Amino acid sequence: MLTFIGLGLYDERDISVKGLEIIKSADKVYLEGYTSRLMGADVRKLEEFYGKSVTLLNRDDVERFPGKILDAAAEGDAVFLTGGDPMVSTTHADIRIRAEERGIATRIIHGASIQSAVCGLSGLQNYRFGKSCSVPYPERNWFPTTPLDTILSNFRQDLHTLVFLDIKPDRHMSVPEGVELICRMAEKCGETAPPLYVGMARAGSESPSVFAGSAEDVMNHDYGAPLHIIAVPASLHEMEREYLEIFAGLKRE
Amino acid sequence: MTRRKKMVERVTELMDQPKMIRNIGIVAHIDHGKTTLSDNLLAGAGMISEEIAGKACWMDSDEEEQARGITIDASNVSMVHEYDGKEYLINMIDTPGHVDFGGDVTRAMRAVDGAVVLVDAVEGTMPQTETVLRQALKEGVKPVLFVNKVDRLINELKVDEMTMQIRLGKVIDKVNKLIKGMNEEAYNNGWKLDAAQGTVAFGSALYNWAVSVPYMKKSGVSFKDVYEKCTAGDMKWLAKNSPLCSVVLDMVVNHLPNPLESQERRVNIIWQHGDKSTPEGQAMYKCDPNGPASLMVTDISFDQHAGEVATGRLFSGTLRRGTELYVMGTAKKINRLTQVGVFMGAERIEVEAIPAGNIVAVTGLKDAIVGSTASTLMEMTPFESLKHYSEPVMTVAVEAKNMKDLPKLITVLRQVAKEDPTVQVTINEETGEHLISGMGELHLEVITGRIARDKNVEIVTSPPIVVYRETITGKAGPVEGKSPNRHNRFYIELEPMPANLVKAIKDGEVSMDMPALERRDKLIELGIDKEQAKNLVAIEGTNTFFDMTKGIQYLNETMELIFDGWREALAGGPLADEQIQNVMIKLVDVKLHEDAIHRGPAQVIPAVRSAVKAGVLMAGDTLLEPMQFLQITVPQEHMGSATGMIQGRRGQVSDMTSEGDTITVIGKAPVAQLFGFAGDVRSATEGRAMWSTEFAGFDVVPAGILKDVVKEIRKRKGLKEQIPTPEDYLV
Repeated sequence: MLTFIGLGLYDERDISVKGLEIIKSADKVYLEGYTSRLMGADVRKLEEFYGKSVTLLNRDDVERFPGKILDAAAEGDAVFLTGGDPMVSTTHADIRIRAEERGIATRIIHGASIQSAVCGLSGLQNYRFGKSCSVPYPERNWFPTTPLDTILSNFRQDLHTLVFLDIKPDRHMSVPEGVELICRMAEKCGETAPPLYVGMARAGSESPSVFAGSAEDVMNHDYGAPLHIIAVPASLHEMEREYLEIFAGLKRE
Repeated sequence: MTRRKKMVERVTELMDQPKMIRNIGIVAHIDHGKTTLSDNLLAGAGMISEEIAGKACWMDSDEEEQARGITIDASNVSMVHEYDGKEYLINMIDTPGHVDFGGDVTRAMRAVDGAVVLVDAVEGTMPQTETVLRQALKEGVKPVLFVNKVDRLINELKVDEMTMQIRLGKVIDKVNKLIKGMNEEAYNNGWKLDAAQGTVAFGSALYNWAVSVPYMKKSGVSFKDVYEKCTAGDMKWLAKNSPLCSVVLDMVVNHLPNPLESQERRVNIIWQHGDKSTPEGQAMYKCDPNGPASLMVTDISFDQHAGEVATGRLFSGTLRRGTELYVMGTAKKINRLTQVGVFMGAERIEVEAIPAGNIVAVTGLKDAIVGSTASTLMEMTPFESLKHYSEPVMTVAVEAKNMKDLPKLITVLRQVAKEDPTVQVTINEETGEHLISGMGELHLEVITGRIARDKNVEIVTSPPIVVYRETITGKAGPVEGKSPNRHNRFYIELEPMPANLVKAIKDGEVSMDMPALERRDKLIELGIDKEQAKNLVAIEGTNTFFDMTKGIQYLNETMELIFDGWREALAGGPLADEQIQNVMIKLVDVKLHEDAIHRGPAQVIPAVRSAVKAGVLMAGDTLLEPMQFLQITVPQEHMGSATGMIQGRRGQVSDMTSEGDTITVIGKAPVAQLFGFAGDVRSATEGRAMWSTEFAGFDVVPAGILKDVVKEIRKRKGLKEQIPTPEDYLV
């Protein structure tokens, strides 16, 4: 049996009771550490909390050599832990397909996801979000502008956009960095960048940070420690505006 | 005032009169006497004393050159020649004849307007005569002919006067045939060589005499005198009454174009993609010293005091100390010239200013490499890239002998690559074992020797290794390449490149620099399907990449990564990790993840790389080895050893011709079998053979030995003995 368990948003205690029980009885515990990260707990803290050793997986372990995970799941009960909710904005569908193809039973224990947490932090209504997108750190020969296309296409349909920010082994993209890249994309494509941004940090922690404003406003704001995320709102409903003014420091009109 | 100083003054005076300038190169097969000719021309023009000419090898400034008695680099020199009461400035480049140094000839031809083709009267035209002549014509450089060593024809082959004239006529006919074959239009428009017109001279560079039909009218020295004086052993008389320098330089002044005439025609050849109506275009057409400066860098050397010296042809504008130039294709930083000058043999003479139409030597052009276009304009269409007719066929690994030299060696290797574009340098900072690939055993010996001697870095050199290539023998596909996260899929089809397309790419007739429409039309002309022809999106070496997909979202911003993966695969094939060549790939379908972060470099590059490698295996990957043409001329009785030399080395004899009591055997053999060839030929023929080699492209390694060759390469490279299967790449 291979069980995908979402760990929720921030630290070791965001997991569901059901998820925790399954970990405690599992034969092998894997933690995927490259698509998302629990900022409030490292592997050692998790091991202490579970009373079990945890194997950290990097991208190659999951994508190129998933054999050992599947072997463990074929022989006993293996759990595959991810931050947030296992199948949201990650690419783990592939490993579930491979497991099923090998005749290994699979299941999912969901966790709280940033996808829904942003609605709480920003007050932007869940019904009004369009496609999500991610902003990657540019690399040699690669500066994709599709994130901007997605934002603008949502914007034109009066839909909000949730913008995930890149996570690299050595760095986490901040809200100011993300907004700056979006503005650079607009410049490259000869488009006008959106007027309003909501930056959020450390969702699920004791001290989340939420701040909304123009590109310039958010680029000059210090959101503190990672992880960060951005929502690009379309036109604001009265309730949404009021919420942002009260909880996100949005300047009153 | 010394003679030398006076000469500098006369040179500077003539520099700004383009009509009085001739930029020439001397080209020939090795040992046909180029350097002797250059030295004696210099002596005749008063540049060096007559006694030392012919022995001093003035133009051979490299110690190595003087020791080996051959010219390695092209050297430049300026001199003054008086004709009909007027003074002319001759800027001359001596080029190497050894095939291992062919790259230098290509570069030299870009700088000059005319070429003196030198042919040995006894040996006649040789393979490299053909190569250098082709390089000259391709660059729009007009040839005249000097038939050298006429004395040997008379004294060694003992021909009579009649036979002498017939044989000389034959040499001219052969060169004319070559010119006609290479460029019929030019041939019909006055480039046909004709002794009566004065575009051919005969003589002996060593004994310092020459004759030509127009000069005979002036001097009264006839072929009859030549024959008689040679047989009588009185060549001093000939040198006095019909001196080499006057005859040859008269021919140069009269029949080779000045920069004004030449640039008007050559700009269309060497600057094909430029817009002729722009200020720089007009300035080059007119060789205008007041226009924007446009300089084509043809050589880079390192001077202990001045540092990097860039030599090249100035097609327009004027260069002075402090002139600010931009090097095209670089970061557009200002390069301020610290010195401008001309070369006089090994010496560089600084001058105040050099105007258009001259060959110049400058320092301070930091960003330039051989082949760079430099201009006072920030943006200028670059000159056509220099085409080389030979490819690296051999590699040596070098390491620094002393730990402390590790960083210095890297700097030196980068310099080496900058100086000689036919050298490929692969730097591996992790292992400290760097690779130098060159055109043959001699070429590599000279380069590694120079690193140790001129650059003061002691190195350890491995024995030379043959450079192989991989290619496919059939078709395959569609092959599916999956990204590590499986969300991105690339579907490619592979097939061997048609031979005519490979040739067109090598000749520069199809390139990514040309306008898309022109490229499409050329491809259609070469037999590529119309629908496919418009989809050529990348060329790497002689491999092509066609994007046959339509309207796939996000493909645009992913294309560069696809090329990266493709190029990585081409750098080392699955069989033996050797470069892949002549593979045509069509991208027929692509599936991409919705979100950019899941289709970044870490996903796309490995997906494409494995698809290409697996595809190459499926399409019948095989190994190619470099071949060399061999031409061996021996006395009749040694014919057996000569053919044996070729056949015993997995070679084939393709032609045999006899001339008097000598026989010339022509054939082809793999480079892998040619180690130590020089010594073997010498002992097999008691030192009586004349021979030459020339790059003959890559041929398929015979099936019978393929397995062993592959095994050996894999072992040498530390690869698993087992050759991978397509599945190894596609899991």
